[in-house]
Amino acid sequence: MVAVRYKTAFKLYPYEKVADQDVPAPKRHPVVIVGGGPIGMGLALDLGKSGVPCLVLDDHDGVGTGSRAICFAKRTLEICDRLGCGDPMVDKGVVWNVGRVYRDEREVYNFNLLPEEGHKRPAFINLQQPYFEQFLVEEIRRQQAAGAPIEIRGKNCVTAMDQKADHVVLDIDTPDGPYRLEADYLVACDGANSPTRAMMGLDFDGRVFEDNFLIADIKMTADFPTERRFWFDPPFNRGETALLHKQPDDVWRLDFQLGWDIDREAELKPERISDRVAAMIGADIDFELVWTSIYTFRCCTMDDYRHGRVFFAGDAAHQVSPFGARGANGGMQDVDNLGWKLAAVINDGADDALLDSYHDERKLGAMENIKNSSRTADFLTPRNPAHRLFRDAVLDLVEHHAFARPLVNSGRLSQPCTYDASALNSPDALPDGPKQTRPGSPCPDAPLADGHLLDKLGGRFTVLAIGADDPGNFTIANTEIDVLTLSASDDTTGAVATRYLGQNPSAIYLIRPDQHIAARWAKCDADAINQAVARALAGKTK
Amino acid sequence: MTTLNTAPNLERADDFYAALLSAHDGLEEAEMHALNARLILVLANHIGDQTVLEAAIEAAKIPPPEAQT
Ligand SMILES: Cc1cc2nc3c(=O)[nH]c(=O)nc-3n(C[C@H](O)[C@H](O)[C@H](O)COP(=O)(O)OP(=O)(O)OC[C@H]3O[C@@H](n4cnc5c(N)ncnc54)[C@H](O)[C@@H]3O)c2cc1C
Repeated sequence: MVAVRYKTAFKLYPYEKVADQDVPAPKRHPVVIVGGGPIGMGLALDLGKSGVPCLVLDDHDGVGTGSRAICFAKRTLEICDRLGCGDPMVDKGVVWNVGRVYRDEREVYNFNLLPEEGHKRPAFINLQQPYFEQFLVEEIRRQQAAGAPIEIRGKNCVTAMDQKADHVVLDIDTPDGPYRLEADYLVACDGANSPTRAMMGLDFDGRVFEDNFLIADIKMTADFPTERRFWFDPPFNRGETALLHKQPDDVWRLDFQLGWDIDREAELKPERISDRVAAMIGADIDFELVWTSIYTFRCCTMDDYRHGRVFFAGDAAHQVSPFGARGANGGMQDVDNLGWKLAAVINDGADDALLDSYHDERKLGAMENIKNSSRTADFLTPRNPAHRLFRDAVLDLVEHHAFARPLVNSGRLSQPCTYDASALNSPDALPDGPKQTRPGSPCPDAPLADGHLLDKLGGRFTVLAIGADDPGNFTIANTEIDVLTLSASDDTTGAVATRYLGQNPSAIYLIRPDQHIAARWAKCDADAINQAVARALAGKTK
Repeated sequence: MTTLNTAPNLERADDFYAALLSAHDGLEEAEMHALNARLILVLANHIGDQTVLEAAIEAAKIPPPEAQT
């Protein structure tokens, strides 16, 4: 028996009985992923595209209903481009740039995310999480058809696990009863309440925020602008905050802060919610409630994201408040980080220590996300009179003085993490190069004469030579290295020079398969490149 | 400037102090607190330097009486 814990929006991987269920001895799989949410599916796609056989086990047979995540950041779209499913997301998604902040009924300021020119992807799109997951699964299906070794098993609930010296044993429940299998590596992507984490008795510590937020996703055809609108102390939700944001399909996200002491059941009554909505959007506008939910939030993380052969990714490893859209966006960076490392170890015999760097780099990313989303929560939910005093002082000032704008915190939107102190980085040999491309940084995109830079990077180590001689070919420790040479004529807008050269006439970059920069130099030096690749594959041995 | 100046630095100390007090004339207590909070933010922005601001926050934390000798 596999319990149904939530309703599904789309059935994507119906249960099918497989041979593993009837074999006398458990079948061994190279990688098993527990949980087919966005993070598990993203990882399966990444691994499968690199030819690493992987099996996804999910206790449901499709994508859960409810929009949940709606804001997907540029870095996530770039990762999805690398995985092959960025286009349907951006085609379906709503692009937005303008945000307005209101206090009471007055607009106190507005901002334009003003995406820097010369990036293929916008700063953000709004897209309901079920679509995001659906597009990942559709790409998995295409890759499977092309031979990628990915398998998804729906209604396979992991009920027990046992870590041995060189593998993990899993007990799985299905509609046809239980079976057992083994995994060389296990990746737990089983969400914030991670059963894997619980089975291993591992802690998940952090802060619980004493506040409730009501989400009402409504369908309406009002021609409100495609902007993010945020209110402090609006007449329709006195003393609290509210948010309005557009999604595809004429669906709008309304978010009402409710405070801590509430009658949850009463607040969730459709009539009560409809009254709130009408007070917000105007009584004359017709709407339909699509999804409603009350959430409280916490910012928590595990101590270690690696335990032997078990890795934790996404909400299972870390959870943040929704402010800043750092949950799924942060989790997709886990995927980006772990995918190539597992592939390097499993397919190319890279040292196991490389896998330790997954924890080092992604814990740093998670702590950054927790810091940012906790600060927003502190601004929205003042915890003592001094917090409230300064919050209100900021809001008082912002109407009159521009300097106060950066202090208003209604969400610091997700940014990719720069792995500054990573053991995989080589010392910066282009110290006067642009700061944004120092070792550890995610590569900034740039337009080229024939497309965009990021579309030419990723999946494998790449030597990027700008304004320099062709560095020739490399194969280092079983790892084939791509080479991309760019000259001034490729750099049609000058963005490559600004982002990668600064004042230098030439530069050589070593770029990891996840499009993060491992090393850079002014000139090509084959020995230096070899050493940098070795270091980026070696993990901890600094 | 990257260090906090705790030596006397006010051009006209008594005039500043008088201006500070008179800004509070006629205010309710809550309004006084609000004014001071805004004033801190205005001054902090003018200073701008995070190191100096953190030193200023520390300098403002006078040790409790029992810790003083
Ligand atoms: C209201 C709200 C708004 C949000 N907004 C944003 C946003 O705008 N942007 C953003 O980036 N993030 C946002 N988030 C966060 C985002 O939804 C999560 O970070 C994201 O869903 C995490 O994905 P995941 O794959 O790690 O976990 P989940 O999506 O929780 O998936 C876990 C999967 O594991 C399966 N599973 C669990 N137990 C087992 C088991 N024993 N055996 C097999 N399978 C199992 C579950 O069925 C599920 O499919 C929001 C969250 C909420 C609640």
